[in-house]
Amino acid sequence: MSEPSSFVMRLRPFVERVGQRSMQFVEEAGYMSSLLWQSVLWLVAGKHREQPVRLAGIFREAMQMGIQAIPIISILCFSVGVMLAIQGIDTLKTFGAQAQVVIGIAVSVTREFSPLIVGILVAGRSGSAIAARIGTMLEAQEIDALRVIGIDPIRYLAAPILVAMTVMLPCLTIVGDVMGILGGAIFTGIKLQLPLQVYAERTFDFLVTFDVMQGLIKSVVFGMLIALVGLSNGFQVSGGAEGVGRATTRAVVMAISLIVIADMIFTYFMNR
Amino acid sequence: MIDPSNRQAVIEVENLVTHYGKRLILNGITLTVYQGEILVIMGGSGSGKSTLLRHLLGLHQPTSGCIRLLGKDITQLDDRTMHELRQEMGVAFQGGALFGSMTVGENVMLPLREHTKLDEHTMQIMVRMKLEVVNLAGFENLMPAELSGGMLKRAALARAVIMDPKLLFFDEPSAGLDPVAAVELDELILQLRKALNMTIVVVTHELDSAFKIADRISVLDQGTILMTGTVDEVRNSDNKRIQSLLNRMPRDDAIDADEYLRRLTGYS
Repeated sequence: MSEPSSFVMRLRPFVERVGQRSMQFVEEAGYMSSLLWQSVLWLVAGKHREQPVRLAGIFREAMQMGIQAIPIISILCFSVGVMLAIQGIDTLKTFGAQAQVVIGIAVSVTREFSPLIVGILVAGRSGSAIAARIGTMLEAQEIDALRVIGIDPIRYLAAPILVAMTVMLPCLTIVGDVMGILGGAIFTGIKLQLPLQVYAERTFDFLVTFDVMQGLIKSVVFGMLIALVGLSNGFQVSGGAEGVGRATTRAVVMAISLIVIADMIFTYFMNR
Repeated sequence: MIDPSNRQAVIEVENLVTHYGKRLILNGITLTVYQGEILVIMGGSGSGKSTLLRHLLGLHQPTSGCIRLLGKDITQLDDRTMHELRQEMGVAFQGGALFGSMTVGENVMLPLREHTKLDEHTMQIMVRMKLEVVNLAGFENLMPAELSGGMLKRAALARAVIMDPKLLFFDEPSAGLDPVAAVELDELILQLRKALNMTIVVVTHELDSAFKIADRISVLDQGTILMTGTVDEVRNSDNKRIQSLLNRMPRDDAIDADEYLRRLTGYS
C-alpha cells in the first residue's frame, strides 16, 4: 500500500471527531426517544401494573416549573411587548402607518415571541434544575435506592416532569401572549393616544385562532424538548459534583439551541 | 448460628462473570448464602465487592452466570416478577441514599406508600416502630441533611426493613463512622437478625466489624473469591493475600521487569 499523503493524515483526526460526534448525537437522540416512549408507557399502563404515575407528583412539578415562573414570564413578555411597540411605531412612521403597529404586535407576540421567550426562560430556569436534581440523585445512589425499592425512576421522576412541562408551557405561553399584548397596548396608548379598549378591539378583529394555536403547538414541543434534554443529561451524569455541573450547563445550552432550531423548522412548515 | 443440616439456600450465585466496558471485574464468582445467616463480603478497594453487591441487587446485567434470590434467577426474570421480588429485599446504601426532598419519616414510609394500600395512620405507626428499632424515635420530621452520618445510615436501615424483607443488603455499614457509632450499628444488625430472622449480606472492608457480625466471611480479591468460611477459618487461613488483608500489610506483588518496562514506555 502506498503511504497516504500528509494532507489525508492530517484530516484523519478531524474526520474521526466528526464520526464520534455523529455517533454521540444518534445515541443521545435514541436515549431521549426511549425516555419519551417509556414515560408514555408508564402513563398509559402504569395503573395496570399497580405503579401509577401519581397526580400529586405531576402537580408538584407543575407548581415548581410552571406556576412559580409566572411572575418572571409576565415581566419579560411585557417588556418584549413594549419593545415591539417602540420599534414598530418607529419603523412604521416612515410609511405613516403607526396605527398598524397593533397588528404587528398581536401577530409577532402570539406566533413567535411569547412561546420563544417562555421556552428559553423555562429552559434556563427548569431545564438546568431537572438535570442538576437527577444528576445529584444519581451520584448519591438515590436512583439506585428507588430501583431496589421497586420504584421505576422513569415512572417516578421522569414521567411527572414530562407531563408537567408539556402542559405548563402552553399555559405559560398564554400568560405571555396576554402580557406581551398588554405591554404593547400600554406603550401605544401613551405614544399614540390610543385607548386600551380600541386597541383590544383591533387586536381581536385581526387575530385569528391560528395565530395563537401556532404559538401553543410550538410551546408543547418546546416543553417536551426541555424535559427530555434535562432528564437525559441528568440520567447520564458521571464524575461527581463536577459532572453534575457539566450536565447542568449542557442541558441549558442544548435545550435553548434545540428550541430555536425547532422554532425555525416549525415556523417554516406552518407558514407555507 | 444455624444448624447446618437443614440449611436452606436463599442466595445462590453461580459462575458470575461481569465486565465494565472491556475490563473484567468479577471472574467466576460462586457463592451461597443460607437462610438466617449473616454473610460478610470482605475485600479491599477495587476487589469488586461493590460490583458484586450491585449485581446481587439486580442493578446490572452480568456477562454470564446466574444469581438466584429466593430460588428465582434474577438475570432471567421479567419486570413484574422482579418487582415482586424487590419487595422481599431491603437495601441500605453506603451514604444512606435518603431522598433529600423528603423528611426522614417520608423516606422510611416510601416503600409502604408505593407497595401497600395501608391507610396513612397505620403507615405512620409502622414508620415510628422501625425508627424506634434503629434508635431514631422522634426524628421523623427532620430532613436528611439535618442528620449525622451514623443517623443517616440508621435511617436508611429503617427504610430497608420497613417491608420486613427476607433479604437485607448492607453496603459498608461502618465506613465513615466513628468507632462508637460503628459498633452501635454492628449491634443493630445483630439485633435485627435476631428479631426479624432476616438473611443479611454485608459488604465491608472493616475487619473489626466483619469479625463481630459475620457467621461466614467471603474474601474477595481482584474479582475472585479467595475463600468463604467462618470467622475462625478466615483468621487461620494461610493464604498470603488474606493474611496481608488481615494484618494490614501492603501487597508485595512480584514485579516482572519486562512487563514493567513495557508499561512505562507504552510499547506493547
